[in-house]
Amino acid sequence: MIAAMMGLLACQLAGELLARLLNLPVPGPVLGTILLFLVLVARGRIPDTLRDVSRTLLANLSLLFVPAGVGIIQHLDRLRGEWLGIATAVFGSTVLTMVVAVLVFRGVSRLTGADAAASDEGRA
Amino acid sequence: MITDVIEPAIQDVWVYLTARPLVWLTVTIAAYLIGQWLFDRAGRRPLVNPVAIAVVLLVALLMVTGTDYQTYFDGAQFVHFLLGPATVALAVPLFQNFAQVRRAALPMLAALVAGSVTAILSAVGLAMLFGVSLETSRSLASKSVTMPIAMGITEQIGGIPSLTAVVVMITGIIGAMVVTPLMDLLRIGDWRARGFAVGVASHGIGTARAFQVNEIAGTFAGIAMALNGIATAIMVPLLIVLLD
Repeated sequence: MIAAMMGLLACQLAGELLARLLNLPVPGPVLGTILLFLVLVARGRIPDTLRDVSRTLLANLSLLFVPAGVGIIQHLDRLRGEWLGIATAVFGSTVLTMVVAVLVFRGVSRLTGADAAASDEGRA
Repeated sequence: MITDVIEPAIQDVWVYLTARPLVWLTVTIAAYLIGQWLFDRAGRRPLVNPVAIAVVLLVALLMVTGTDYQTYFDGAQFVHFLLGPATVALAVPLFQNFAQVRRAALPMLAALVAGSVTAILSAVGLAMLFGVSLETSRSLASKSVTMPIAMGITEQIGGIPSLTAVVVMITGIIGAMVVTPLMDLLRIGDWRARGFAVGVASHGIGTARAFQVNEIAGTFAGIAMALNGIATAIMVPLLIVLLD
């Protein structure tokens, strides 16, 4: 478990360093994801402990948003003043984004034949 | 008589403990577990969102005890910190399902660009339409992106990063609540598409929801979240000029 955690942290650190040194607009953890992916491709398999630690982290991903979410307490005045606009913008935009993304995904999937591949996979 | 001794003692212990990370770290996890428990008790219905429950409980607790956010966060930051390694961990399901992911490259790319632009323009546009201040509107631009990335983008364009953190959380909760009924309504049975859409629109909380429902949906949501972090970081500075 410690080795797996170390692996994740090392990839994140390398990602942060790359982002700073090369002045990339991409955040460190995202570069870290790409780095870990490349390491896994090079090794050809996932160590069991890394699989377990990753699964645990991802299964509890929503917990990790709680501390920053409690920061809402600092913005209650602003939210009270502008709540209707903010609520409409956030709700409307989130639903619209999902609808656009899913329809474009399905449309392009059908056009490019990526659908057939997916259903083959389902059968196999 | 004995209370004369005990009460100041409790007071002292309370003062001691609340100034240390342990209490707020423990309370954060406890609040989340209560949220999870209620979610399970309610038949895992998406409307009973564990994050929303935890946040409400914690905000109430901070208010009742008169604790300021900084004191709370000093303890809870250990949980917050794990967002980084968790983002890196997305490489694991990505690698496991890569064959399927590669075959869907074109639909993903198209949905990414369309979804990302829609998220940015519709959030800022709607906010401005409703007369929301410029500072607040700018803080909404990256609301669909995972928290550490979104806060960085907001800083770049002159919004309020801590407000963005809140809006990101609300966006995630809305996405997690809405995705299943919305996709059923649209009659989308494709787990890849469902997952990708919720990941683009509502980052990690949406991804957490997708993993609850289906592993393929979760994997595609995770990829959408990572890609949208990159896409939004590049596009917000460009698009924000249009809206000024």
